[in-house]
Amino acid sequence: MKTTKGPESAVTASPVPRRLVPPPQPRASKNRGKARKRITIILFLLPGVILFSLLVLAPILLAMYSSVFKWNGFGLLPTNFVGLDNFTRLLDNEIFLGDLRRGALLIVLSLVVQLPLALAIALLLNQKMRLRALYRLLFFAPYVLSEVIAAVLFSMLLSPERGLANEVLGFLGLGTSSFLSEPETVMFSLFIVITWKYFGFYVILYLAGRQSIPKELTEAAQIDGCGPWHVFRYVTLPLLGPTIRITIFLSVIGTIQLFDLVYVLTGGGPVHASETLGVTMYDIGFNRFQVGYASAISVVMFLLSLVFAIGYQRFVLKRDLDGATTTMGGGRR
Amino acid sequence: MSVHARERRNTPARIARPIALHTIVIVIGVFVLVPIVYGILGGFKDNPQLANNPIGLPAPWVPENYTNVLASSDFWRQVFNSSLIALSTALVTVAVSALAAFVFARFAFRGRELLFTIFAAGLMFPFAVAILPLFIILRFFGLLNNPLGVILPQAAFGLALTIIILRSFFRSIPHEVEEAAILDGCSPFGFFWRILLPMARPALATVSVLAVVNSWNNFFLPLVVFNDKVWWTLPVGVQQFSGQYSADTAKILAYVVLAMIPALAFYAVAERQLIGGLTAGATKG
Repeated sequence: MKTTKGPESAVTASPVPRRLVPPPQPRASKNRGKARKRITIILFLLPGVILFSLLVLAPILLAMYSSVFKWNGFGLLPTNFVGLDNFTRLLDNEIFLGDLRRGALLIVLSLVVQLPLALAIALLLNQKMRLRALYRLLFFAPYVLSEVIAAVLFSMLLSPERGLANEVLGFLGLGTSSFLSEPETVMFSLFIVITWKYFGFYVILYLAGRQSIPKELTEAAQIDGCGPWHVFRYVTLPLLGPTIRITIFLSVIGTIQLFDLVYVLTGGGPVHASETLGVTMYDIGFNRFQVGYASAISVVMFLLSLVFAIGYQRFVLKRDLDGATTTMGGGRR
Repeated sequence: MSVHARERRNTPARIARPIALHTIVIVIGVFVLVPIVYGILGGFKDNPQLANNPIGLPAPWVPENYTNVLASSDFWRQVFNSSLIALSTALVTVAVSALAAFVFARFAFRGRELLFTIFAAGLMFPFAVAILPLFIILRFFGLLNNPLGVILPQAAFGLALTIIILRSFFRSIPHEVEEAAILDGCSPFGFFWRILLPMARPALATVSVLAVVNSWNNFFLPLVVFNDKVWWTLPVGVQQFSGQYSADTAKILAYVVLAMIPALAFYAVAERQLIGGLTAGATKG
């Protein structure tokens, strides 16, 4: 938080509007200066452009290209053109369709349970209380661990024979559950692990958003006779709008590309009951060498993210930039 | 606020509210802590103890699980690999991004916004989408089983966020500073190297920390790039270890706990930069 405050205060502190063009120079050196400027621009951008084109753009283009071929992945480019066959095959693939349904379920659960929970915790932590800094540190800790570590820990914790979870359930007289090995329960177990891993991240974002709301606004509402609920509903919540929209965005994009956690926790099982697009793509591409077919799944993931990102930016995030934004990044765009 | 507080002093609500508040926060805290504590304690038990006594303290404490891991060269090799790859990724990402961000922030040229938008759109391209073709491209360049095969793609995918954060920082440095430097005979590179970068140290720290953490936790890419266990990173090592000893829960717990320590230690040291970077990244992404 504090590191990012530097640039903002620097912006507001400098009364002169910043200029991008260097000041006019004497005529004689003008052409030389121009050529030099061009060389600087090219040299400075070159490493980034090369890295980005070769390792970000090229893979995405290659995925699109190979998705219309039947290809076992040997060589650099496929040759056996099959048109949209891979995509029509996907529409008949029960596992793929299941991936979409399960992704939708996870998104709904995240939006209805995880994000509201994180928001509530953030608002609690925003109040003066003892050990506040410690709680914040603690809640965020799982985010720093890799998804693999979270998955392995929870697979032990939820294991039917030795796991702690069943012991606790039994102790409370609630019977036992086979969390990860039953198709009916596996998605909810997965969701619990996702929540454990990521809700602290959203708490941090909401806290940052909440703390940038000027105190005068909530105080004014209180003086005008608002109870805590009304202050939240009519002051805090609307002002948190930009943050909330961004967390929804991150949550949806994150769910579309979910892989590590599922791959290690359940491998997509039992019987594909927890499989995601990423796991299906990995299985088809790296285990069965149907690279064209797997690329079709990559393309679907890409299009889902892209359509969502563009649509969201256009219709939801845009509002934040149009109006009088009090907080978040408004001064920097 | 103060008016209300004075009225409410010593009423039951004034006492009950903090208690309720703490209860909720503590319950969540327990939810976060239980898996970690279970792992730590479990690592000190043997398997019969884990089966019969999963909740309580170990009796007796069995340190062998931990000492065995600490004595294994595989574990230390993975710590080394993860560190090497994370530091190199951070170095490449930040160096390349700083150069590009400097141009985006302080030069005007045709196509600048378009190019910047293409870079920024990189935020939406997750590894998972590109992993298969990336594998084929890396194979083509002979970068499989080579740390560069993980470092370079990670850097490429990190460019978007890093450029966005650094550009906004570079833009905020007043133009007078640059004018003064040029009047004193600084070349654009001289200004960038001797003045801009030192001024941007906090922002550079933030993006470096982000790059290190992202690299440290990356699993998908090292999983497909490194067949040879010599190059496995910690996440791959943990996953393979847990597959190999699936019957030996205590051993796995010890391995996982030890694998967590570097990340948690780094978090403890660089918490401010990490959280600053994430909030900045999220608000601008």
